[in-house]
Amino acid sequence: MSTEPTPDRGAPALGRQDIAHLARLARLAVTDEELDRFAGQLGAVLDAVAQVQRADAGDVVPTTHAVPLTNVLRTDVVTPSLPRDVVLAGAPAADEDRFRVPRILGEEE
Amino acid sequence: MSDLTALPVTELQAALASGETSAVEVTRAHLDRIATEDGDLGAYLHVTADAALQRAGEIDAAGTAGTGLAGIPVALKDVFVTEGVPTTSGSRILEGWRPPYSATVASRLHDAGTVLLGKTNMDEFAMGSSTENSAYRVTRNPWDRDRIPGGSSGGSSAAVAGRLAPFALGTDTGGSIRQPAAVTGLVGHKPTYGSVSRYGLIAFSSSLDQAGPMARTVMDAALLHEAIGGHDPRDSTSIDTRVLAVVEAARRGAGGDLSGLRVGVVRELGGEGAGEGYDTGVLERFAEAVALLEAAGADVREVSCPAFDLALPAYYLIAPSEASSNLARFEGMRFGIRVGDDGSRDIDEVMALTREQGFGPEVKRRIILGTYALSAGYYDAYYGQAQKVRTLISRDFSAAFDGVDVLVSPTSPTVAWPIGARVDDPLAMYAADLCTLPASLAGVPAISVPCGLSEGLPVGLQVMAPALADDRCYRVAAAVEAALGAPLTDRLLERAA
Repeated sequence: MSTEPTPDRGAPALGRQDIAHLARLARLAVTDEELDRFAGQLGAVLDAVAQVQRADAGDVVPTTHAVPLTNVLRTDVVTPSLPRDVVLAGAPAADEDRFRVPRILGEEE
Repeated sequence: MSDLTALPVTELQAALASGETSAVEVTRAHLDRIATEDGDLGAYLHVTADAALQRAGEIDAAGTAGTGLAGIPVALKDVFVTEGVPTTSGSRILEGWRPPYSATVASRLHDAGTVLLGKTNMDEFAMGSSTENSAYRVTRNPWDRDRIPGGSSGGSSAAVAGRLAPFALGTDTGGSIRQPAAVTGLVGHKPTYGSVSRYGLIAFSSSLDQAGPMARTVMDAALLHEAIGGHDPRDSTSIDTRVLAVVEAARRGAGGDLSGLRVGVVRELGGEGAGEGYDTGVLERFAEAVALLEAAGADVREVSCPAFDLALPAYYLIAPSEASSNLARFEGMRFGIRVGDDGSRDIDEVMALTREQGFGPEVKRRIILGTYALSAGYYDAYYGQAQKVRTLISRDFSAAFDGVDVLVSPTSPTVAWPIGARVDDPLAMYAADLCTLPASLAGVPAISVPCGLSEGLPVGLQVMAPALADDRCYRVAAAVEAALGAPLTDRLLERAA
């Protein structure tokens, strides 16, 4: 992803290495076959979505949300949480009333 | 008693209230039909047969059947979490998960006395327009079983059109209620964003997702809509307003008089300025529907919304960006499947393997695209620019609604296509959303109502209205329905007979 996008030349191509990098950022292992397939498909999609750059929208305020709502507050009332056992029953692994997860720190850390 | 699965909800209510039938009989009739038909149709991912019969028995014992929606069966798209009932959102990554709580809309339907028949198939995480992205099964269109039922709420559309449920809930992010309704001959409504709770709806694109009804008649859709609508303190994007009076609007519209109503035909969506990609038959049915509105007294004019031309590229940046963030929660630690946790791998490797095996290709494509659009150096050119286009689309709607009460277009540019025809071409799949995306991006309500057949397959008319004016969608849809006679899906019965 070395080239900057420009309105005139459209989107930069997404190569296999770019896809692999993005997949890593998204914690997504991808197979070689997927890298080949996605590179072609996402290139075409990126060309299409880059059309947004055609819009004359320099000073337009971006919309993050269709309904203008700010600072939605609730009364601070204590309500029961979901029962711990019920929640842990849906976990792939649990131990001593907690979620059990794989090693978080590497050997050297 | 005629076949209970052929009756609209309004007639089921009457038959239940008069004691002519019971909730158990109505439920059993639908379960029987599921048993014989769903192996081929593929509408359901999970059928709650025993719980449904038990619930129906309770309603009968309480003597409330026929009061409101009590005793009426319903199906839910598998995107709604349901306590103790398997919920997958069409994804392998949630296989076997039983949620510890229920979505607000599911709770409201339960409290109203409806009987849950089961959870319906869908494109994985609601990403798709054909339901072929489901990790579990193919769903077929009851009109032609070699064709797609639309998507992403294709299980719900196939179930209702195929009479495997009287009505069902879907969700619509870019058209996922309206397009499947259109291609199966149903009424489907995307409510005003924020007017139906999203609590317990597995999030795809949070600023766009909205739950809504799918039914064979406008009135049935309105009844379901009122049962799920209204403010929910558990959804911070929920609008604090009264439940919209859509049943009354449907009743009024059925009178067929639209005198004084100003209707805008969107030039860019099936009007004079429509680009390529529209079936001739779809445009013909659309023109006839517009003529019907005029004959009913509406004042029809053409309206131009130039920014709608950029709705598709804007949507396919905004939705994948939000999805790449929302789907981060599926990492195999707290729920769902976990892959590769053999003691040798650290947490990052296990997460990556779980997501590799748990997600299908379309979900991966969108996560990668969204991650790209949100990356430093690309944010302004893609995501930021898409959000500005979103503003331009909302402005076009506002300007249009200064001059007209509703806007109309075809719902889908084509009829249902053959299964498999677009699976390897994401852009061709995305084109199915051309007409439905503008209302999604602006958060305004839009309904699809059947307006005839092309090549023997259903065509839908889309009616869009200003935010919180959902009643106008129902009024116009009911007038179209009344002008066309019996519900379109009745023709499926005639064919089968």
